Amino acid sequence: MLRYVVRRIAWAIPTLLLVTFLVYVALRLGTNPVNSYLRSNPRASAEKIAQYKELNGLGSNYVTGYWGWLKHFVTLDWPRSIKGSREVLPALKDALANSLRLGAAATVVGVVIGLGIGVFAALRPGGRRDVTVNTAAFIGISIPPYISAILLQLLFAVYWSRWFGHTLFPTSGVYPPGHSGFNAVLMAKHMALPMIVVAIQIIAVYSRYMRSSLLDVMNSDYMRTARSKGISESQILIRHGMRNALIPVVTIAALDVGSIVGGLIITENIFDYPGMGLYFLRAFNDGDFPLMMPWMVLIVASILLFNLIADVTYAWLDPRIRLE
Amino acid sequence: MSDVELPTISPRRMALKRFVSHKAAVASCVVLGLFILVVVLSPITARYGVNQSVRKPPNSFLPPQKIAWLGTDDIGRDIYSRLIYGIRVSLIIGLASAIISVAVGCVVGAVAGFRGGLFDDVVMRITDLFLAFPFLVALLVVRNMLGALSWLSPIIGNSGSIRFIIFLLAIFGWMGVARIVRGQVLSLKEREFIEASRAVGASRRYIILRHLLPNSIGPIMVALTFSVVGAIIGEATLSFFGYGPQAGAGTTSLGLLVGAAKGAVQTGFWWMAVFPCAALVIISLCINFIGDALRDATDPRLEMGQ
Repeated sequence: MLRYVVRRIAWAIPTLLLVTFLVYVALRLGTNPVNSYLRSNPRASAEKIAQYKELNGLGSNYVTGYWGWLKHFVTLDWPRSIKGSREVLPALKDALANSLRLGAAATVVGVVIGLGIGVFAALRPGGRRDVTVNTAAFIGISIPPYISAILLQLLFAVYWSRWFGHTLFPTSGVYPPGHSGFNAVLMAKHMALPMIVVAIQIIAVYSRYMRSSLLDVMNSDYMRTARSKGISESQILIRHGMRNALIPVVTIAALDVGSIVGGLIITENIFDYPGMGLYFLRAFNDGDFPLMMPWMVLIVASILLFNLIADVTYAWLDPRIRLE
Repeated sequence: MSDVELPTISPRRMALKRFVSHKAAVASCVVLGLFILVVVLSPITARYGVNQSVRKPPNSFLPPQKIAWLGTDDIGRDIYSRLIYGIRVSLIIGLASAIISVAVGCVVGAVAGFRGGLFDDVVMRITDLFLAFPFLVALLVVRNMLGALSWLSPIIGNSGSIRFIIFLLAIFGWMGVARIVRGQVLSLKEREFIEASRAVGASRRYIILRHLLPNSIGPIMVALTFSVVGAIIGEATLSFFGYGPQAGAGTTSLGLLVGAAKGAVQTGFWWMAVFPCAALVIISLCINFIGDALRDATDPRLEMGQ
């Protein structure tokens, strides 16, 4: 197992390099970093421009340029953002912390409720509650996150305060404007609506996965064996059913980082929540190459990492799988 | 002659029968048909032009009333009429890019599955890469990249045009289809009738076109349906962030209409948000239901009545 993990990590490094090279080329072609630098800093001196090109590896062709960028990147000698000349690392850290909080809360809430609903539906397949859950999940999948976000915003920003005379959930930011210091209650209130939007998607997806996975397991031979041995129904469900039904679900969960990040971009933008998604979208709008590249590296690295985690947990949960 | 007459049903008949038994899908067909009818008859059904205001100012943000059934937007245009034009554009984008996606996906998937080898490996790795990456990020980056390649613009138009969006969504759309077709081909190609066909000397092209693709028609139809939804939602997402077709040319789309609601909800102009959102959700739900029913109907492993 350890050897397998080490080998996978060794493979991940060239993959990471290749993908970031492709991203580098795509961003250089698509966002024209030198032009956007000049757009944000129209009076930059020739030295400044040369320094900007050097630090970002934008001077020469793609291969040597990428190499130049990489050298500065791994030595943490990161260039400043082109708009407002901000330090990139603290900005990225802030965004990551905010997104992790939102993403983790939404994932926990979404997965727990989603799995619960899935089990609830699978216990009586074809029954009324199964059909209801299935249809609801289907509708949930068909609603893009910005639709639920806009409708929630409409409800809470306008109508809740009109009907009840106070604001329950604020609809933008992490804290009210002008607030400083840490306040968990305020933070949770600001996070509630974006979290609900992301969680709805997760619930809709996972309840369907869990339902079909548990149904597969419940119809398998070893479940009949367990029943015939006289184990109680609840023991069967928990010990044999849930454990085995979770195997494919866990793998899907770990492979799902990309779509969760995608959901965060949309949600954070609407709720003005300063996380990874808003960070990327702003940087992309400005063509801010120094901000975008580290973001991309982080995303690609986490996708690779979660892929590895998926494979390892798969082997750990299912003893039939041997990783050579 | 035997006394028992066994009822014979062709596979196509059986699929149709299964499809009709899916009530939500039948209802979806009716609703979608109504939408399409209203959109096709837009010269009769739309009450105002796409950029025409309902009356002289003050006309902005009028709530639903007699002269504007679903209210007006920030510059006094009728939301009901604009929804009709918007749905038309969205449906065209959805259908066109789905057809391109399915055509490309079928060819690539069939060849990759049938030949295997290096081509298969490369195509599937690229697909894996794009499917793992956050879709919106990939879409935005590729959009800008294509827009910057000036030699492409005679073919795919400039980055604000509808044609460009169709091609852009098709670039991402074919991958899912290719995967499905590849899987189908991989399982079909080991079957006896393919072996027989090869034994009598059929060419590779003949086998793919006459045996493999026709036998995959069920999954391909399902993929086509979901591609349409995917493209409609994709266009809406891009437009929502201001990267879709540009509004200037007298066009609008569902995404642009939903995006316009973004600024209006904080001030309580609910009609600007609710009606475009409802239209998008209803359309995507209907097509999803139809796709779901098609999948059940064309899957021969499912027993009748399940």
